[in-house]
Amino acid sequence: MHKEVALGGRIFTPVFVGMATLVGLMVIALGFRFILGLGAVSNMSDGYPWGIWIAYDVVVGSAFACGGYVMALTVYVFNKGKYHPLVRPALLASMFGYTLAGASVMFDIGRYFHAYNLFLPWKINYTSVMLEVALCVTAYIIVLWIEFAPAITSKFKLEKLTKILEKTAFFFIAVGVTLPMMHQSSLGTMMIIAGEKLHPLWQTQMLPLFFLFSALFMGFAMVVFEGSIVSKAYKLGDETTILSKMAKTAVIILSIFILLRVQNLLLNKQVANAFSFDTASITFLMEMLLMCTGLVMLAIKKFRTSPRYLFVGAVLILLGSSLYRFNVYLIAYAPMIGDWSYFPSIGEQIVSYGLIAVEIAAYTFFVKYFAVFTKH
Amino acid sequence: MKRREFFKNSLKGVAAVATVGAAPLEADVVKEFHISDKTVGILYDATICIGCNACVTGCKKANKDPQEIYDGEKAWDKPYDLTADTRNIIRQYRHGTAQTKNEIEDGYGFIKGQCLHCLEPGCVSACPTSALLKDDNTGIVKYFADSCIGCRYCQVGCPYDIPKFEWDDWYPEIVKCQLCDHLLEKGELPGCCSTCPTGASLFGPVAKLREESKRRLLLEEKDKYTYPVFSTDSGYTLVHKAAKYIKHHYGEHELGGTQVTYLSAIPFEKLGLPAYPKKSYASISNAKQRGVYSSMLIPAAVLGTYSFFIRKNMIEEKEEEKRLLEESKENGDKDA
Repeated sequence: MHKEVALGGRIFTPVFVGMATLVGLMVIALGFRFILGLGAVSNMSDGYPWGIWIAYDVVVGSAFACGGYVMALTVYVFNKGKYHPLVRPALLASMFGYTLAGASVMFDIGRYFHAYNLFLPWKINYTSVMLEVALCVTAYIIVLWIEFAPAITSKFKLEKLTKILEKTAFFFIAVGVTLPMMHQSSLGTMMIIAGEKLHPLWQTQMLPLFFLFSALFMGFAMVVFEGSIVSKAYKLGDETTILSKMAKTAVIILSIFILLRVQNLLLNKQVANAFSFDTASITFLMEMLLMCTGLVMLAIKKFRTSPRYLFVGAVLILLGSSLYRFNVYLIAYAPMIGDWSYFPSIGEQIVSYGLIAVEIAAYTFFVKYFAVFTKH
Repeated sequence: MKRREFFKNSLKGVAAVATVGAAPLEADVVKEFHISDKTVGILYDATICIGCNACVTGCKKANKDPQEIYDGEKAWDKPYDLTADTRNIIRQYRHGTAQTKNEIEDGYGFIKGQCLHCLEPGCVSACPTSALLKDDNTGIVKYFADSCIGCRYCQVGCPYDIPKFEWDDWYPEIVKCQLCDHLLEKGELPGCCSTCPTGASLFGPVAKLREESKRRLLLEEKDKYTYPVFSTDSGYTLVHKAAKYIKHHYGEHELGGTQVTYLSAIPFEKLGLPAYPKKSYASISNAKQRGVYSSMLIPAAVLGTYSFFIRKNMIEEKEEEKRLLEESKENGDKDA
């Protein structure tokens, strides 16, 4: 049996204040963005219409936020009740991860006052992959807050509401494990229309499946990553045993991913491209090397059960798979015509750091104020 | 036992989603478009273009786009490339000494950059809010700012890098050639075609333009040919000696075909027109999207299965908790 508790303690820690400073800088950068236009603060261009606000904050960020998804799958669908203590922390991180991905989109789109068009049935275009992602992510953000809501309502002693939430929980959890499957695969489908602008090492009809698989193993790796940090930071006790089980699942899914990816590259005759040692080849090899090193490390029981190597292995997997997603959206993307290049501007970076800071600050506040962790 | 079955079934589900990708895909666009008499376009013949840039100025006049100067020569309107202020551009091909027109070696040539008005447009397929639509009659791909959210997926989805974004505007729009449909309504020609002195930019119904290009591709080098100027039915003509055409009508089949098409003596790839397959990326993306979501059957089935098992598991867990609680109570009683 488990019971989550609020950790309590000082809210305004040095970490919290540092994060608040970053958020302040972000607000200034956003001021320029909203008054002067996207060109004033970003290096995005007609050649590279999407920068890190999409590639990092949405595409990589939402995969980092798949911890809630995979824990819900593990505990509620596959009925592994013993992992219950990991659910709420993962859910909280997912909630902020997705909410801030949504915020990033609102900063990124040029005509935000028209964003409501996405919800007008006579305006929307059903063949647009972007539409599927937009609607699905919006719905998922709402579902994540509903899933977390019992922690909030019980804090404020809204017993009736808590009861209703508990009774309907099964449905929202089911929606919550369906939606990520949809939009995470769609994030892959999204780049199919880019055609030859995406390097053949990444452009494939398997993109949706690759993105779904990467979301899954990145979710498990993130649970390990976050679990390792918070169990130390908040002295929750040793969680290595339970986290190494999650790492094992990540290893299985990642192995399938790598097998499928290699097979796909062989089928598409991309071996020469993979080892041509140009920019694309090097970033591809880096991506593979990071993932495979992490995979091997976590596949070996001795390493997996050591807190240090468990953490390092998860980080390697997360780095490699982030690079995979970065490659698909930015590094391996090149416009057909003209000389274009892109590197995120200081302004773009400040906004992305600011969003991460919001996430960390809000997380540290929530775990102290609401019942998130299970104390041993 | 049950759980194993479920596991199997969910794997089958994943496999089904995956095979949508592997199965051969039918071409399938937002709304299938067929060329009719009312479908209009431009035939750009690079061999007779003299690079005078009159069409660039004509386009700006017609669309009230501001001047752009990139090299400080204030006397000339000289945009560097397509931008949110320039919907039409003449690019130059140069090689070596650049002495002979229409030659690859030591030669030069021109190419017009503008929206090709695809028959299976990537931008229309990509746009989440139908801000880019293909006109049922003219086939012109039009932009509607009122619907646009500024997500720029059209820029990613366009195989010719045509839609441009107003990066320096606080509330930007997408800008692209709309074949001067505002002038066509008044019975006038697009700004680029009405100003082209040689007939290199020729306006007309797509069907007629295709016949015209077929005739030109039959010409031998130095054959005399009467080239229509401005539009296919303007009545104005000029006689030029034919260049050595590459025997290919670019845009007839590329990615499903386009309404703005090209003829040239210099290979199209050297002019920035990629060698594309017949099948459009838009149709592949659409088919994938429709395969999974057209009836919402797959997501609904997945949601149903998940709901059933989650509910069952949660009830079982509650009972288990109750049992444990009672057990511990009993134990407590015994201890007491």
